[in-house]
Amino acid sequence: MSKTAIFNKIRRGLKRGAPSAEQTAAALARIQSRKPELVPARSQLDHPGQIELFRSMSSQAAAKLIDLDSLTQLPEKVAEWMQHQGFTELVSANESWLNELDWAPLNNISRTCRVAQSGDNVSLTGCMAGIAETGTLMLHSGGNSPTTLNFLPDCHLVVLRESQIVGCYEDAWAMLRQNHPDSLPRTVNMITGPSRSADIGQKLQMGAHGPCELVIFLVKEAH
Amino acid sequence: MQIHSPEFKENARIALHNEPLQAALGQFKFGFPVNRARAIANLPEFETLRDHARDLKNHIIQNLDIYLEQFEQQVTANGGHVHWCSTAEDARQAILDICQHVGAKTVTKGKSMVSEEINLNDYLEANGIEPVETDLGEYILQLRGDHPSHIIAPAIHLNVDDVADTFHEHHHRPRSDDPQTLMKEAREVLRKKFVSADVGITGANFLVAETGSTIIVTNEGNGDLTQTLPKTHIVISSIEKVVPNLEDMSLFLRLLARSSTGQEFTVYNTLSTGPRRPDDQDGPENFHVVLVDNGRSDMVGTDFQDMLRCIRCAACMNHCPVYGAVGGHSYGWVYPGPMGSVLTPQMIGIDKSAHLPNASTACGKCQEVCPVRIPLPKLMRHWREKEFEQHLTPSTVRWGLAGWAFFAKRPALYRWLARSSAWFMRRMAGKKGRISKLPMAGGWTDWREMPAPQGATFMDQWKKRQSGDQS
Repeated sequence: MSKTAIFNKIRRGLKRGAPSAEQTAAALARIQSRKPELVPARSQLDHPGQIELFRSMSSQAAAKLIDLDSLTQLPEKVAEWMQHQGFTELVSANESWLNELDWAPLNNISRTCRVAQSGDNVSLTGCMAGIAETGTLMLHSGGNSPTTLNFLPDCHLVVLRESQIVGCYEDAWAMLRQNHPDSLPRTVNMITGPSRSADIGQKLQMGAHGPCELVIFLVKEAH
Repeated sequence: MQIHSPEFKENARIALHNEPLQAALGQFKFGFPVNRARAIANLPEFETLRDHARDLKNHIIQNLDIYLEQFEQQVTANGGHVHWCSTAEDARQAILDICQHVGAKTVTKGKSMVSEEINLNDYLEANGIEPVETDLGEYILQLRGDHPSHIIAPAIHLNVDDVADTFHEHHHRPRSDDPQTLMKEAREVLRKKFVSADVGITGANFLVAETGSTIIVTNEGNGDLTQTLPKTHIVISSIEKVVPNLEDMSLFLRLLARSSTGQEFTVYNTLSTGPRRPDDQDGPENFHVVLVDNGRSDMVGTDFQDMLRCIRCAACMNHCPVYGAVGGHSYGWVYPGPMGSVLTPQMIGIDKSAHLPNASTACGKCQEVCPVRIPLPKLMRHWREKEFEQHLTPSTVRWGLAGWAFFAKRPALYRWLARSSAWFMRRMAGKKGRISKLPMAGGWTDWREMPAPQGATFMDQWKKRQSGDQS
């Protein structure tokens, strides 16, 4: 069997047989330690500092930021953005905190909660966290937030509350483990700006296969 | 992929005279290396992170079997399957079996160099399954019947005009040479393929033992559509990519994007952990990880073990003067540049690839930029030693070395020869002090003049200096 053959060759190379109980225990403890490696100092700021860093890093990665004073402003701001772009259909995550909002400002724009399909222009989702270090959003799959919403439509609108902003990747892993103690969701997506490619003539172009635009609605919260 | 490494010298000569290729390579120098320098200037901890990454990789290799075992357990616990493959043949067969089991007709593929290594596309096609490359660069190459010339920017050898011609021919639309229009075209054509594929195959940058997750790092989002839309997701990866936990993975992610494209972070870093959960509305129903060895375990405990630290960032080729002059195809197999010159002999044999570790100026730039500090020039030297031991070195080189050794062992004779050839070369050079033609040194004098040696030989100068010091 291939596995045995591969392990035998690895062990021969390491000049040992099967690992001792102590060595295995040490490696398993290493896995479980979840000790952060060196974390760059740049993200080790107070929370307002992290919010500022998130804003500048995500803008640098070509994400668009729209500020909201409160979540109740979301339908109006989404409607404004969509009208400006000339879109009439919004495909949305089925989160209760989104559904509870008053979507009347959308007027003739439809909002449907479903998985995304080829041809969809705009999707709206929440996210788990914003990571200040590189202006990265962390999203994950779940019953109410299908992953296709994050990748198929041309434009991806994401709602991020200030309190969801953390400093570094390690902070986000800790949050993820806390929310999912048994096993991770099927997929975790770290997203930093819109899709891009430089594969044609080494010229960087936005909008390769994923969304051409990433718009973050950043919701202010009292500190 | 067919092996053309034995023809490296001819390949290189042709590449040097290939004007479009030289235009593309000329541009290449001002892309990745410049971006990398800017990115690392923004991260004061970069050098320390490199040390940590080197040490962590060494630790992983010492415990490779334990971490792989743990990874498999976690994949299985999440409802996925791990397939262990010693050889390229095993891996091709394992993937074909999965595809046939689910009755697949078309397969979309994210970028995977391991899949190039095992020549997967030809095999699937021969068995009636259509593979569709979805990374923009790989897609262009597939249409052209071409192969990657770079591990992260596969179509780097092509110019906009080449892509315009290819799309015009295959998409049956008016020809455009606007990159934005071309990309939009590919986006539309591939969208249909994403939606209709039966199986999606992606590679993996890392495998996380803690969670049984695989991660891909992409800018385009094609890897995400590839794994989310079809019913079956197959990950093809190699055994050295395992890391203990998410924190360890983060260390490598901080180095990877900066070292390769010079980005702060790649657009999409996506973890995949098992098939879709009962309440998920999308995502694959089956999750398979095909783990390939293909000669890697043979490197453990040898001179080449350090190569197992490689995270495939491509910094070494981005900064290599040889790669920059001849491009990736000259190397004649899957992995080009300095990392390829070390890996290729391991995978296809030094007898077929001895030119590669010799295609080095020993400038050391590759080692200087490697995020996991692989001593690439040293490893290339090890391959040259093996080449010599196995009597693969060309007879001219062996005779040349033997001739040099004859004189080097007779110092008086050596000094006399050095003195007289310097004198002779000065005579040849005449007043301008430069030689425009030198027998057996056409490789130099065809392109530039050789400056004649000035003054006394080193040994004579040294002797004089020593006696001067004593007086």
